[in-house]
Amino acid sequence: MNTVNNMTNPKIKVRNLSFYYENGHQALFNNDLDIREHAITAVIGPSGCGKSTHLRTYNRIYSLHRGQRAEGEIWLDGINILAPETDLLLLRRRVGMIFQRPTPFPMSVFENVAYPLRLHFKMNKREVADRVEQALRDASLWEEVKDTLHKSGQALSGGQQQRLCIARAIVTEPEVLLLDEPTSAIDPVATLKIEDLLLRLKERFTIVIVTHNMQQAARISDVTAFFYKGHIVETGETKQVFTTPKQKQTEEYITGRFG
Amino acid sequence: MKRIAFLDTTFRNVCLICAGVCGVLTLTLFLQLASASGEAWQTFGWGFLISTEWDPVTNVYGALPAIVGTLLTTGLALFIALSLAFVCALQIVDAPPVLSKILSYGIDLLAAIPSVIYGMWGLFILCPLLQEAFWLLEIDTNGFGLLAASLILALMILPYICAVMRDVLKMTPVLLKEAAMGAGCTTWECARDILLRHGAKELLGGVFIGLGRALGETMAVLFVVGNVIEIPGSLLEGCTTIAATLANNFAEADGLQQSVLFALGLILLLMAFGIQILAHCYLRKTAQKKGA
Repeated sequence: MNTVNNMTNPKIKVRNLSFYYENGHQALFNNDLDIREHAITAVIGPSGCGKSTHLRTYNRIYSLHRGQRAEGEIWLDGINILAPETDLLLLRRRVGMIFQRPTPFPMSVFENVAYPLRLHFKMNKREVADRVEQALRDASLWEEVKDTLHKSGQALSGGQQQRLCIARAIVTEPEVLLLDEPTSAIDPVATLKIEDLLLRLKERFTIVIVTHNMQQAARISDVTAFFYKGHIVETGETKQVFTTPKQKQTEEYITGRFG
Repeated sequence: MKRIAFLDTTFRNVCLICAGVCGVLTLTLFLQLASASGEAWQTFGWGFLISTEWDPVTNVYGALPAIVGTLLTTGLALFIALSLAFVCALQIVDAPPVLSKILSYGIDLLAAIPSVIYGMWGLFILCPLLQEAFWLLEIDTNGFGLLAASLILALMILPYICAVMRDVLKMTPVLLKEAAMGAGCTTWECARDILLRHGAKELLGGVFIGLGRALGETMAVLFVVGNVIEIPGSLLEGCTTIAATLANNFAEADGLQQSVLFALGLILLLMAFGIQILAHCYLRKTAQKKGA
């Protein structure tokens, strides 16, 4: 098993995680992984290797779909996320998620960010407005939308929409941010903006990002986990994984021999 | 060659004539209604629209009770049907495939029931049921009236609205749903705040279809509405609609009263046309927006 040495107190501990789809197809096999606090962990691997499936267990969003099932344990601090009694509302307040494509809600820019606040907290108008502004500033979007807060969030550009979704995810002050290929539908300039943003946000949040883009993983992550066919092949400091991978499959993947 | 050309021209002309007849029929229908109702408009003027009097003995008539009754029953029916359709559609989309299909067919079948059957059902079952239910609450009513008519109408337009709503909920991108749930929505909050807003435009199309049907529905309403030509003071009071008034009074009407009924018919037709035009404009506007 691969462990990262200086991992004293991981934010998330995944133990023996397996995952099954409706038709009984097993997508993850006994995954063990430690997610370091206030760091960016990149999850890489070829298409269909289970990266997204793995990520989607951290906030149990898979449970939306009939017949999908996870086995094993995922410890967030002292709580087992996979335990049936876990409060999903609280879990999703602690673990925010951003998707492959921007998912602005059909409401104004302001309402998009205010909406989760209203779901989770009782706040007066003043507080809501303050928190929304702060979240938009943190997501480097405020300057671009401050005069058009009441226009539809779906009218923004793709990159802006994705930053709006980040603002929406961080407004409730979660502890963990999950990003599932957040820049795959976005142009290179907007992608760099989001990467900068993530580097700033890791001071406050624990970030896990699934990415197809190995340069992206190398640029922004501290720890990298390489997935292949539902198994975690190698985990380590990003620099080590990319320069001196311990496993042959990892080396072949990052040197572009397959994937 | 010649034969083909001849047949083609003939066919084209036949089509043209048929299409033309439809247009001319609509136009003449309007004109005939207008001319037949001329006496009523001359006698009462615009006051006809806001007068609540209806007295065949002294030959004084006003259209307001029927207009208000029509709008109230339609509006209320729409509200009930929308709420019911929303819950049904949610269940259909979320249920396991077999149950979902059964529910779906069941609701579609509601559309195939002739309106006179709805009327009979209302007369013999719904109204007595309402009477008993309110009797338990110590409210005295015979069950006939605004509420019964709205309930029946709601049931009749439910399949149309439910079908649209089902499609709206089904076609929402999975990612949007996941994003909503990921933000901390419950299934109910997700459906109400995100999915409904996402499909608001398509939904409005369904609402217009239902509205058109409810507005002119005659038979079913006639049975249960109470047929009192007054503006109802409460949900349980008897009232009337334009369509019910027409069906009730035409047999023995003549002279001024007949003209008054034609005037009511004209008003109903204009209301229905208004909704059609509104729906058309709205759909065109949203189509343009989507194209841009």
